[in-house]
Amino acid sequence: MTVTAELKDVTKAYGNKIVVDAVNLQIHEGEILALLGPNGSGKTTILKILAFIENPTGGEVTFQGEKVNFKNTEKVRLQSTLVFQKTTVFGTSVYYNIVYGLKLRKVPKQTRDREVKKALELVKLEGFEKCNARKLSGGEQQRVAIARALVLKTKLLLLDEPTANLDPKNAGILEEVIDTVNREDKVTIVMATHNMFQAKKLPHRIALMDEGKITEIGSPAEVFGKLSKNLASFAAVDNTFTGTAKATAAGTSKVDVGNGVQIEVTAQRQGATVVFINPQDIILSKTAVESSARNMFKGKITEITDLDSLVKLKVNVGKPFTVQITKQSFNEMGLCLNAEVFIAFKASSVQVL
Amino acid sequence: MADLLGDIVQAFQLILSGDPEIYGIVSRSLFFSGTAIILAILWGTPIAMLIAMKEFRGKTILKTLFNTLIGLPTVVLGLILFLIFSKAGPLGFLGLLYTPGAIMIGQAILVTPILVSIGISAIESVDPEIMNLSKTLGASESQAQIAVLKEAINGIVLSDLASFNRAIGELGVVLLVGGNIAGGGNRTDVLTTAISRDVQIGEIGLAVALGILLVIILFTINIIVVVLRKANYLVELAKGPYSKLKSSREIAK
Repeated sequence: MTVTAELKDVTKAYGNKIVVDAVNLQIHEGEILALLGPNGSGKTTILKILAFIENPTGGEVTFQGEKVNFKNTEKVRLQSTLVFQKTTVFGTSVYYNIVYGLKLRKVPKQTRDREVKKALELVKLEGFEKCNARKLSGGEQQRVAIARALVLKTKLLLLDEPTANLDPKNAGILEEVIDTVNREDKVTIVMATHNMFQAKKLPHRIALMDEGKITEIGSPAEVFGKLSKNLASFAAVDNTFTGTAKATAAGTSKVDVGNGVQIEVTAQRQGATVVFINPQDIILSKTAVESSARNMFKGKITEITDLDSLVKLKVNVGKPFTVQITKQSFNEMGLCLNAEVFIAFKASSVQVL
Repeated sequence: MADLLGDIVQAFQLILSGDPEIYGIVSRSLFFSGTAIILAILWGTPIAMLIAMKEFRGKTILKTLFNTLIGLPTVVLGLILFLIFSKAGPLGFLGLLYTPGAIMIGQAILVTPILVSIGISAIESVDPEIMNLSKTLGASESQAQIAVLKEAINGIVLSDLASFNRAIGELGVVLLVGGNIAGGGNRTDVLTTAISRDVQIGEIGLAVALGILLVIILFTINIIVVVLRKANYLVELAKGPYSKLKSSREIAK
């Protein structure tokens, strides 16, 4: 198997704070590797090191067999590109944004124009060339960012939480693009995510990260199969809870995740279990609603994050749940911090890992 | 009152008649101040970039220093430069005193604090991620810095304009190092110094004509930049092939 890039004992510290701790990681050509872990686990720093915009404090980075140092950084940087979690665009046209990297590579104008058109088609933004990139919606801007990275046809494509701030429609488009470029163009992809659902679906391999270290690495089946070892790492990911499952008479199971919260799931389980609920599958209401949802909890809103057309809320029901609703719903419901709300989700929406 | 009216009428007659003396002074003013701004841009922009983009000890002090220097009375700077350029001064051997060169250098030094201070704010107001973004797309350190500079183009042009206005309208430096020489091959009289001289010798009509022209120059340049900024033309000029940007809604239509 050909290795595209390799980190050997790579450490990164900012002052006294170690954010990446002696990481060894091989990135295989043509694979999608997901770095899965909670916020602050060092995922973004690893991506920045692989994009050669951040120098490690210790250890060695090789790219296509060549050791990367300050002399060849600018050369290898042309072979790797990173799409940030917080979308940044140049304050000008979509065309200029996408063509920027091609110009740096001195690609002839005709080829440039053709590639820009192709990339825009891939991210479903045909005809947006003359649009002011800063006037696009968050989702559209993120798609411009992906197109801007894709036209470069780098050996390595690095994506930092590519769908974290997107509505389901834009997230779906991006997941499709990631899958297509990997399958058809054989682009090697490393993506950071704390979306358990995405981590199970897209990558060939998962590297589980916690506190700057890689705690587990392998295929999704292998990593999710060794749950007991990594419970702590998993528990730090949004809407992922560990607990003890007990079968019910109705053929389902109830997972006691602590603090009086019992989550009903459709699978029959016994003993230590990890469950994950997609934030989009949770229904939020101001009063208790009678419905078919098997799980309903009362709690308080502890955090509100504005994500363009969506709003992300943290609701503490004894355990903290992340809930994603549209901004329109948020405004119509007149929600605010510390408001009492109910959350509900179906037993079948709960993924048992 | 009749005298004043007469002076104003004479001023307009002079302006409209295309008087070579008047337009000689105007073109000298434009040339000296234009060259001074180019000089100041050449050294001021790298200084602004360095201070805005790099982290180093004493950065805040340096920024405060440039801010403070904006308010330095031009006559004080003129005096300092006079002492430096005078025969006994450290640069006396260059023989620059009372030459156009001294005026241009003097004005360039005068406007450097404005250029640097506004330049720093413009660069610092650019999204800090632009630097990293350019690098991830393959830019070298200097190419990434240029990308940041392009994002700050509106502020940079504003600083150039403010500097030009300050240069063409100032009196102290040009008077002290230029000498206001109105004859010979190396004339150093410009709009401001000529106005002051003409008032002293009672040529009020000529002084008023020059004053009107000075205001017209300042006004015209400001209007041009305001119009360009409104059309977002400066940003596009610096960056892309499209002079008119559309919003996504227009595209959707």
